[in-house]
This record gives sequence, structure tokens and C-alpha cells, in this order.
Amino acid sequence: MRKSLLALVLLLSACAPSTAQPTDTGDEKTGTLRVWLFDEANRAAKEAVVNEAAKEFEAAHPGVKVDISYLTVETRAEKYKGALNDPASAPDVTEVGNTDLASFVASNSMADVTADLKAWGEAGDMPADLMSTVKVGDKAFGVPWWIGVRALYYRTDLGITPPTSYAELVAEAKKVRAANKDMLGIAVGGKYVFGAMPFVWDAGGDIATASGGTYKSAIGTAESKAGIKAYTDLFSNDICPAQQCADLTGGGTVEAFAAGRAGMGILGNFNRSAVEAGVAKGKYAVVPLPGAKPGSVAPAFAGGSTLGVFKSTKKRTLAAQFMLTLAGKKYGLKLYDAMGFVPALKSARAEVVAKEPFLKPFIDTMSAGTRFVPVDKAWTAIDAEKILPNMLQKVITGKATVDAAATEANTLIDATFKK
Amino acid sequence: MPLWLLLPALAVLIPLFAYPLYQLGLLSLFEYGQPQVSGGEPAVFLGTRNYGTLFSDENFWTVLLQTVVFAFACVVATLAVGAFLAVLLTKIGRVPRFMLLLAALCAWAAPAMTGSVVWMFLFDTNLGLVNEVLGTDGYNWLYDKHVGFALVGAAVVWHSFPFVMITLYAGITAIPQSVLEAASLDGATAFTTFRRIIVPMLRPLIAIVVIQSVIWDFKVFTQIYVMTNGGGIAGQNLVLNVYAYQKAFASSQYGLGSAIGVVMTVILLGITLLYLRALRRTGEAL
Repeated sequence: MRKSLLALVLLLSACAPSTAQPTDTGDEKTGTLRVWLFDEANRAAKEAVVNEAAKEFEAAHPGVKVDISYLTVETRAEKYKGALNDPASAPDVTEVGNTDLASFVASNSMADVTADLKAWGEAGDMPADLMSTVKVGDKAFGVPWWIGVRALYYRTDLGITPPTSYAELVAEAKKVRAANKDMLGIAVGGKYVFGAMPFVWDAGGDIATASGGTYKSAIGTAESKAGIKAYTDLFSNDICPAQQCADLTGGGTVEAFAAGRAGMGILGNFNRSAVEAGVAKGKYAVVPLPGAKPGSVAPAFAGGSTLGVFKSTKKRTLAAQFMLTLAGKKYGLKLYDAMGFVPALKSARAEVVAKEPFLKPFIDTMSAGTRFVPVDKAWTAIDAEKILPNMLQKVITGKATVDAAATEANTLIDATFKK
Repeated sequence: MPLWLLLPALAVLIPLFAYPLYQLGLLSLFEYGQPQVSGGEPAVFLGTRNYGTLFSDENFWTVLLQTVVFAFACVVATLAVGAFLAVLLTKIGRVPRFMLLLAALCAWAAPAMTGSVVWMFLFDTNLGLVNEVLGTDGYNWLYDKHVGFALVGAAVVWHSFPFVMITLYAGITAIPQSVLEAASLDGATAFTTFRRIIVPMLRPLIAIVVIQSVIWDFKVFTQIYVMTNGGGIAGQNLVLNVYAYQKAFASSQYGLGSAIGVVMTVILLGITLLYLRALRRTGEAL
């Protein structure tokens, strides 16, 4: 009897999958503040800036020690999963890739910092299009730290006239390939979603549109289809042959341009060091990616990094203060000097562009307005299930028409939002 | 035999196999994603709805069919290559035998990850040695679905034939010389000896290598994931395991991923049971 009772208890207790229990969070004013930041290729430079901020913070808050860890790219996702599942091993302040933030919020791991941002002296300096990348509904769950956008890199030694419209872009790309048969006119990739989206946004389309807090897929609209067609038309034999370009990622296009195998490429300001390390060094310039209308700029994806506070923190106030210290203008500028990351704050941005003419086309792109992916946990699934790359690749390889591929992707994206 | 003698085996098997399998089955009945794991939302009991989602997904059936055909082709090719080389080993001199064994062991010892990456270097579109030698610069080996599968299949066979070869070679050398001698006195050719003497005597060994190969090739992950970059152009080279990974881990739908895991387990158990039954019919006890 006792045995069967025990077995029953064991069975019952095992009958639902385990979930992490919410912990009591206090608001301690002293102790160790744990901070997670991303590791970088040249981490020492980042570390110097962050350590300076930590020292200043420790001096201003006696009894507080700031403990910073750097997460490597490869194991970052596992570290976060660990932190989400076990609050005891979670940090207080963390850096988050801006497209990941929404799924973190859905996982109940990010603290609402709307009030902290409202009280922040530099809040007015933060552009609205960037604030929208950290907002779920009307609550803010982080602060934009630095940003990156993509623009058109082109070789200056091949007689390319910087294109000012999509038609010119196509013409210049064909010209390059006609003259150099081993070169791609412009390096584009079937897996390069953030290279494709500017064409879709420029045509008036979008991945999804929000109404009343819920998203609805928009990739199947006529405008989106026009944009998809514009991008996939670049995979022709006289520009970027499908055989070579259908399975390129964004990184693959950077490689092709840096290695001198492409006349143009849609690369970010953060890719400059890679290009400088290749044969394209010293033989390139950058202009904003043109839209269809002559003289217009295709809207770029607002890439970058966000700082946030973990919900499980026991030092809520301190964590928010340190987050804002790092996100402020002072350390934003220092980070730019060290790493070349463009600060999110408007006034800081203006200062760095005055110092560095290379950035001008990127800043022009930002000023023309940037766009973002849906701020919804579904984005993680849309991204992981490769819905958009699959759509592009089906069109590029001729397996489906733009119409069929976009309609299918539209259905799949809608299904993801409903989950 | 007293049943309690099974206890030590059960003590290992229950925590290591039965409990995880039970958890897998349990998870497959829930809506269980990252928000549920970290306590953001409660886990919702779905009954069999994860399976419903899965079976109504057209993509799943395509992937399942692809997996079965791919695994079948790999098993046949692995066995053919392995058996051929095992027989060859018994026919050649010491030095070439040593060289062949060494080469096979190297292929076997290479981790799937490393092997796949090296194969990709060789077959790279722009910089690969193979395109360089063939003069087909710019040819993308993964552009066509079937060529892509053939390439990955070759890498899978390359990784797994040594096991078949060495197992069968060991079996062949253990066959008493007197039996083979009697066959040759009766005038049997090399092929007849192989078919009528060697294969029947090796049947239990062949059963093991077939089941092993089926399970390995059905569950192939690394080669596909690495060589086709997570499923190929527009997902054309997806197999079930990579598909499950995409659903379960990359997009954090652990419930749905578990359902795929359960389906795979059932299929593999089914194949193994069918095969064992077929063996018993032919009079072999295993």
C-alpha cells in the first residue's frame, strides 16, 4: 500500500513538465551587480570602456561591485537559456541582440524599465524609431545601446557610377559583370534577409503589420511581392548567378565583396574591418542603398544591440542605473572610439559622424528612417524556421513564382503569430 | 532464470532510457516553449494536437519521405562498400591490407563534424579542389536537390563503411578454413562461396550491421546540418532529425519537437522489429 502510494505520488508529481518558479525579488542597494555583455573580436577595447564605466559606477555607489562577463557568440544562446530557466544563474544587466528582445520578454525574463527611461535625463535624445525596437506594447524592456545599418559598398576601381535608383543599380551591376566575367555585379544572397528587406520596405511592403497589439503577416501583399521581385531579379546570370548566390548568407556576401569577387555589396558599417582586411581594401566607397524612385534611400534594417535588466534581479534600481550609465552619451562616444559601434543617441551620432566621414552614408541611411522586424516572440520562430530565406530561395531557384512563394510565406508567418 | 537478475540492467536502463523517453512523450502532449520553461506562461495541455499539427504539415511528409529514401540509399551503399572491402581485405597481401585498414580507421575516427567541414572545403563552389580539378569553377554542388543529397550521402557512407567493413572482416576470418576448403573441393566459385557459405554464416553479424546502419542513417544530423547549412536551399535537403532540431531547439517549440522525436522512435522501433521478425522467419535466432 505504501509503495503504491509512493508510486502514485511520484507519477502525479511528474505529470506536468517542469517550469521555473518565480523568485522573490528584492531591491538590494549593495553587493555584486552581475553584467553580461557580448564578446567581440577585439574585446580588450570594449573591456577598457566598460571597466571605466564600472569604476565610475562603483565609486558613486559604495558597497557595490560590478562583475562583468563576456559571452562568446557560439554559446550565447545556451547561456541565455540557462539564465531563463534558472533565475539564480541569471545576470542583473545584460546585452541582448535587438531582434531577440521580444522573445526574452515573452519568456518573462526582462524587467519593464519604462519608468526608469522616463526619469532618464538623456531620454529625449533617443530617436523614436529606435525606441520602437525595445517596446512591446507601450512598455519599454530595454534601452538601445548601439546601432548598425547596411548601405551599398561599391568598388571605386571598376568604373562604377554610384547608383541613385534601383534601375541604375541593376545597370551598374550588369556593367561590372560584363567587363569582369569572374565577378558578381552585386553580391546578394538567398539567405540574406536583411539585404532583401530594404527592397521590400522600399516598395511599401513589410514582414508584418501591427494592429491593436497583434501582428498580421504582410509579406503576401502586392507591395511586398514587388519588393521581393526587385531583390530576386538580381540573381540573374548577368548579375549574381543563382548557382553562386542562392545559398549565400549576409556573411557570405561580405566575404565575396572583401575578397574582391563582387563589384558591389549590401554591407553594414560594422563590416568595415572585414572589408579592410581583404583585397577590396582602399578600393571601395559607400553610398546609401538606393530605392526605386531616383534619389531615394531604401529603408535599412535597424540592427544593433540593446541593454536590459533581467526580471529576476535582486538589485532592480542599481541594475537600471548601470544600464543607463552604459547607454548614456559619455560611454556611447567612448565605445565608438574603441569599437566603431555607432551610438544610438542622436547627439552622440552627430558627433561621431563629424569625426568620421566614412560613416556619412550610414548616418544618411539612418536619418532617412530605419525599419525593424516584428517585436514579437514569433520572430524567433520565423527566423529559426527560415520562412523568409526559404521564400527567397524558392523564387531564386525557380521552384516557385514570387506570387506562390510570398503567399506561402504569408500563411506560415500568420500561423507563427497565432502560436 | 530468476527475474531479479535483471535488476542491475534495469537500474541503468530505467533512468537512462525509460525516464527520458517518458519525458519526451509527456512533453509532446503540451504546448511547451521557452516562455513555458522559464515560467512566463503556463504549460498548456494539448492532448494530441502537436501530432495533429505535425501530420497536417505538408512539409513533414516531404521530409519524412526524403529521410526514408536517403537513409535506405545510405544503408545499401554502406553495406555494399563495406562488404566489398571486407572481402577484398581477405584477398590482398599484408601491406595493402594494412594500408586499407589504416585508411578506413582514419575515416572512422574522424568526427562527423570535422569530416563534413573538410568535404565542404573540397566541394566549395568557388575555392574547392574538386571544382578546380574538374574545371567546373562556380558549380554549386548543393544547388540541385539530388546532387546535394548524393554528396551528403557519400560523406555519410565514407564515415560509416569502416564499421561494416571491420565487423564483416572479423566475421569472415572467423569462418573455419575447413568449410571453405570443402566448398572449393566441391567446385564452388568465389561468388558462390560468398553467397552460399559466407553470407549465411555471417547472418547474425549482418543483422547487427544492418540495424545499426538503419538507425544511424535514419538519424543522420551532423552531415546534413553542416554540409547543407541547416537543410539546403529552401530546405530541400532537410531530414527528420534536422527538421526536429529546427522546430524544437532553434525555434524553442519543445512540445512539437518532442512529438517529432516520438514519431522517429516509433518508426525506428517498427523497422527494427520487422527486421528481427524477418530474421526469425528464416530460422535465425538472435
